[in-house]
Amino acid sequence: MKPEFKVISTLIKKESHVLDIGCSDGILMEYLKNEKKVNIRGIEISKSKVQNCIAKGLTVIEGNAENDLKQFPDNSFDYVVLSQTLQAFLNPENVIKELLRIGKQAIVTIPNFGYWKIRLHLLLKGTMPVTRTLPDEWYNTPNIHLCTIKDFVFFSKKKKFKLSKSLAMRSNKVSYINNVNLNMKNLSTNLGIFLIEK
Amino acid sequence: MFFFLSIRLSALIMNIKDKIKTIIVEKPLKLDCGQIINNFPLAYETYGSLNKKKDNAILVCHALTGDQFATGLNPITKKDGWWSYAVGPNKSIDTNKYFIICANVIGGCMGSFGPSHINPETKKVYGTDFPVITINDIVNAQVNLLDHFGIKKLFSVVGGSMGGMQVLQFVSNFPEKTKTAVPIACTSSHSAQNIAFNELGRQAIAADHNWSDGKYSSNNSVPDKGLAVARMAAHITYLSKKGLQEKFGRKLQERDDLKFGFDADFQIESYLRYQGSVFVDRFDANSYLYITRAMDYFDLVKQFNGNLSNAFKNTKAKFFIMSFTSDWLYPTQENKDIVIALNAIGIDVGFVEIESDKGHDSFLLEVPDFLKALKNFLDKSYLGN
Repeated sequence: MKPEFKVISTLIKKESHVLDIGCSDGILMEYLKNEKKVNIRGIEISKSKVQNCIAKGLTVIEGNAENDLKQFPDNSFDYVVLSQTLQAFLNPENVIKELLRIGKQAIVTIPNFGYWKIRLHLLLKGTMPVTRTLPDEWYNTPNIHLCTIKDFVFFSKKKKFKLSKSLAMRSNKVSYINNVNLNMKNLSTNLGIFLIEK
Repeated sequence: MFFFLSIRLSALIMNIKDKIKTIIVEKPLKLDCGQIINNFPLAYETYGSLNKKKDNAILVCHALTGDQFATGLNPITKKDGWWSYAVGPNKSIDTNKYFIICANVIGGCMGSFGPSHINPETKKVYGTDFPVITINDIVNAQVNLLDHFGIKKLFSVVGGSMGGMQVLQFVSNFPEKTKTAVPIACTSSHSAQNIAFNELGRQAIAADHNWSDGKYSSNNSVPDKGLAVARMAAHITYLSKKGLQEKFGRKLQERDDLKFGFDADFQIESYLRYQGSVFVDRFDANSYLYITRAMDYFDLVKQFNGNLSNAFKNTKAKFFIMSFTSDWLYPTQENKDIVIALNAIGIDVGFVEIESDKGHDSFLLEVPDFLKALKNFLDKSYLGN
């Protein structure tokens, strides 16, 4: 289980209605079902992963968040979760809009491209960084819209959505991000977790 | 030849009486065409056993040419039931766990009220005097089996193709009578292409002079040529181009070279002719007309004034929908439209498109990913009871 799942769980109220976008093998779904007794659905693009979810008794739709969120009415979920996939979309701006349309709140986590190890990799080696959270080479990475924690915070201001909670994570350590420590968190942590709303 | 045929037919009828279970539906049923029917037979078969709580029943709905003999040996045709891959002990629809009910649709020819029955008023076979029936009528007839077995709520209603349409109609008509619903490779509204193919089949039957406007039962001859052609054409639509190419290609039938004639040179020709010829032994031409018509009239979207979601607004049933990559008759998008309509009103629905080269027929064949998903959905949903 990804360490961030525990953090995501703390952001979610009991017995709420949740959509997990890109739910993979349904590990977060199962965890939230057990921990928070949520009513949870998933969308997943890979057929074999959808099969794995069905085998666990989870309700999952094979589909692509870029096209298949349209079918959900406004505010149909209390939370929409997007764990480390925003950077893989063709149009992340549109995806965020859709998340905030169908969810009262959304939880978005992003691999932080501003993390010092990534910066150092590019600075010293001069090649595209390959790390544990971003393990692909430049030519085969699905991550076409990478950003930093700072980018995401600026993005929220520009697009006028609210960051209700901003958390940074490294290893298993979680801390709050605020205006004062933004530059520091952007350098010292490799994952941003945001609870956002309109 | 005629003599032979009539012996064969009467032998068949005797057989049918022995081996077919029926209930007589006394309650009047108002059909969509306006006619009211009552005291009509509904033929069915069951597999597995009903538990004490009566909460393990699954209604399986058959497709166009299916019947109530979903699995095991069909006592009439002496062949495996049409869904033997999916229904049986430890299979996807597990007869060790569930009580499976499968009914022959009205309009059919395996014992349920259909055009080959005698009209009590005229004392003659109905033929085309039989009322035109719809998927709605089929489902409204079938629900009587639940009362017969004292089942208040099914655990599931499952079916592919026309069986899937019945699943959708069933949940719409009886929103509280099932816990789960599994429509497979189907549509909520029969497309122009589907109607076109059905019309081709009907015209093939009508073009056979033995059909005699549907009154062939008194002629000692049946329109089996027309029905065979209808089956051949339909059979092509159940397969995929890739599947056909891989199985048959341009392979020749028991010959080294082309014969410059119109015999079956190619294996695909021989295969289709065979499919046509075995079909006429087990199926009635008028039933084929009536059931294809029922499919063509199916339009749940129109029934709910253009909003499919409204068909399901009163149900709490949990849905699981599957389609197949190579199915061009009931393509994935038409199945997804149902998913979209269900999501729009917050109904619990899962969906997966199964990878298969076997075309629309995939749901009847050994497609492991499909059989696995069906089993997992049912078994996990049953556990969650």
